[in-house]
Amino acid sequence: MTFPIPPGTRDILPDEMRELRRLSNSLLETFERFGYGEVSTPTMEYEDVLVQGDERAAGASYRLFDEHGHVLALRSDMTIPLARLVATRYPGAQLPLRLCYVSHAYRAVRPQRGQQREFLQAGIELIGADAPGGTVEVLEVLCAALDAGGLPRARIGLGDAGLFGGLLKAMNVDGPDGAAAMEALARHDLVELEERVAALPITAEQKRTLGSLSQMRGGFGVVERAIELAGEEIRAPFQRLAEVAAGLDRRGLADRVIFDLGLVRDLGYYTGAIFEVYDPALGHVIGGGGRYDELLGRFGLPLPACGFALYVERMHVAQAEEERRAEGQA
Amino acid sequence: MSEPLRIAVPRGALFGDTLDLLDRVGIDTAELRSDSRSLLFPGERVTIVTMRPSDVPTYVEAGAVDLGVTGKDVLMEQHERVVYELLDLGYGFCRMVVATRAGDHFADELERRLGAVRIATKYPRIAARWFESSGRQAEVIEVKGSVELAPISGLAEGIVDLTASGRTLRDNDLEVREVIADCTARLVANRVSHKLRQQEIDDLVQRVGEQVDAR
Repeated sequence: MTFPIPPGTRDILPDEMRELRRLSNSLLETFERFGYGEVSTPTMEYEDVLVQGDERAAGASYRLFDEHGHVLALRSDMTIPLARLVATRYPGAQLPLRLCYVSHAYRAVRPQRGQQREFLQAGIELIGADAPGGTVEVLEVLCAALDAGGLPRARIGLGDAGLFGGLLKAMNVDGPDGAAAMEALARHDLVELEERVAALPITAEQKRTLGSLSQMRGGFGVVERAIELAGEEIRAPFQRLAEVAAGLDRRGLADRVIFDLGLVRDLGYYTGAIFEVYDPALGHVIGGGGRYDELLGRFGLPLPACGFALYVERMHVAQAEEERRAEGQA
Repeated sequence: MSEPLRIAVPRGALFGDTLDLLDRVGIDTAELRSDSRSLLFPGERVTIVTMRPSDVPTYVEAGAVDLGVTGKDVLMEQHERVVYELLDLGYGFCRMVVATRAGDHFADELERRLGAVRIATKYPRIAARWFESSGRQAEVIEVKGSVELAPISGLAEGIVDLTASGRTLRDNDLEVREVIADCTARLVANRVSHKLRQQEIDDLVQRVGEQVDAR
C-alpha cells in the first residue's frame, strides 16, 4: 500500500537526513561563532500579527482557525516572527541583539517546479546595529556560512531597495506608470521595462539612465559608473552601497560580492541593502536578505535591523553538485 | 569560469532565423545546419542545445542552459516561470488573436444568452487571462492539434491562436475578432547565470542587440 503526502512536501530518510543535519549544524556553529544565539518560534502565528509586519503577511499561504475563531497562519519566513519576538521579549535589551535559527517555513507552490511547500531556512537577524557596520557584519557571517556549507564559489548579489524607486521619484515619476516600470524590473522583463520607460514623461537622458542602471552589475566599478550616470539625481543609495563596499574591502570580502543595481526583492519591508545568494552549480537562488530598518518600528520598537536566510535544502543540492564537479575534475 | 555558455535554440519556425543571428555574431552553426538528429552541439565558448520552443523557459529557469531563444507567445503562456527577458530579437513576428467563424455572430449571441463562450486553444492560460482581464466569462478548452477544427466541428465558438499571415484562418473560414498581443522571438537568461556570468552575457547581448538594430 502507498499513501500520498501533499505535493511540495517530503519525507526525509536517514542518508539524506544525516547530510542535511550536518549542513544545518555547520551553519549553526558558524552563527554561534559570530555570537548569534539560536531561537525557535511557533510554526503558526496570529495572522494579524504577521500582517503588522507586512501587508501580505510576507506571502503566508496557509491559514486555519483556532478553537476561538482566530485566524492562524503558517509562517512564510522567520524575519517577521523574530521581529515580533524581539519587540515582545527584548524591549529593553542591550544592543545589538544577535539571533539565529534553523526552521521550517511554508509557502504556496506552483506545480511541477520542484518548489517546496515546506522548506528549511537557516539565517540570522542582527537587531539594533546601523548600516553600514551592521550590514557588513551580516555579509561577513553570510560568507562564513557559505564556506561552512561547502560553497566557496557562491557569490552574493548586493543591491539597494531604495535605488530604482528613489530614482523614479527623483525624476518626478509616480503613480501607475512608475509602478508598472518597477514591476517589469522586478520580473526582469527588460523588453517591457524599456517600453515602459520610453513612455515616461522624462528626458531622453533620464530614460537612458534608467535603462542602463537596471542592468549594471559586477565589481565595485559599476557603483562608480552609476554615480557618474545618476549621481545628480539621487545620492543616498549609492552612498550606502559605497560604505558597505568599503567595509567589505577591509575584511577582504570584496570579491564575494556582485554589485547589482537592478536587484529588486519582492518583500515590502526592505529599506536599504538587499542581497541574493547564487552558486554556479544551481540555477536557483539559494538565499537572500537585507536591511529592514522600519520593520521593528511596526512592532513598536524602532530599531535598525539586518539579516539573511539560506534555503538549506537548495544548499544541499548545490553542495552535492559542487562535489560531483570537483570529482569530475580530479 | 571556463565552462562554455549554454544556449537553447528552438527547433521549428524560429530555427532558421536564430541560426542566422548566431552566425552573424560569430557563433558557428554549420554543424547544427547539417545535423538534424543531435540535440547537443558542444563548442569551446558556446554549447548549443536544441529543443522545442515551449521547453526553452523550463531549461532556462532551472539553469540547465544559461540563455535561450523562444517566442513571446511561449513566455506569455508560461508567465510564472522566472526567466530574465533580455532582448526582443525582432524576427518570428506573429499575432495572438481571438478568431471565430467568418460572419458568425453566434458567439456574441451565446455569450449574451448563456453568459460564456467556449474557446478552444493551445494557449489556455493566455486565453483565460485575456477573457478575465476584459471582464468576460469563457470556458477555455485546451486542444493539442489543429485548433481551427474546433469552431468548424462545434467544439467551441471561438479560438485563441497564433497567426503569422492569417492564411490558415482564412482557409478555414475563420476571421480575427481581437488582437491579444504581437509576438516576436526573445532572448531570455537564467537568473543566476545573468549575475554570475555577467561579462559573457552582456557581451553577447550587446553583439546581438547591434545585429537586431541593424536590420
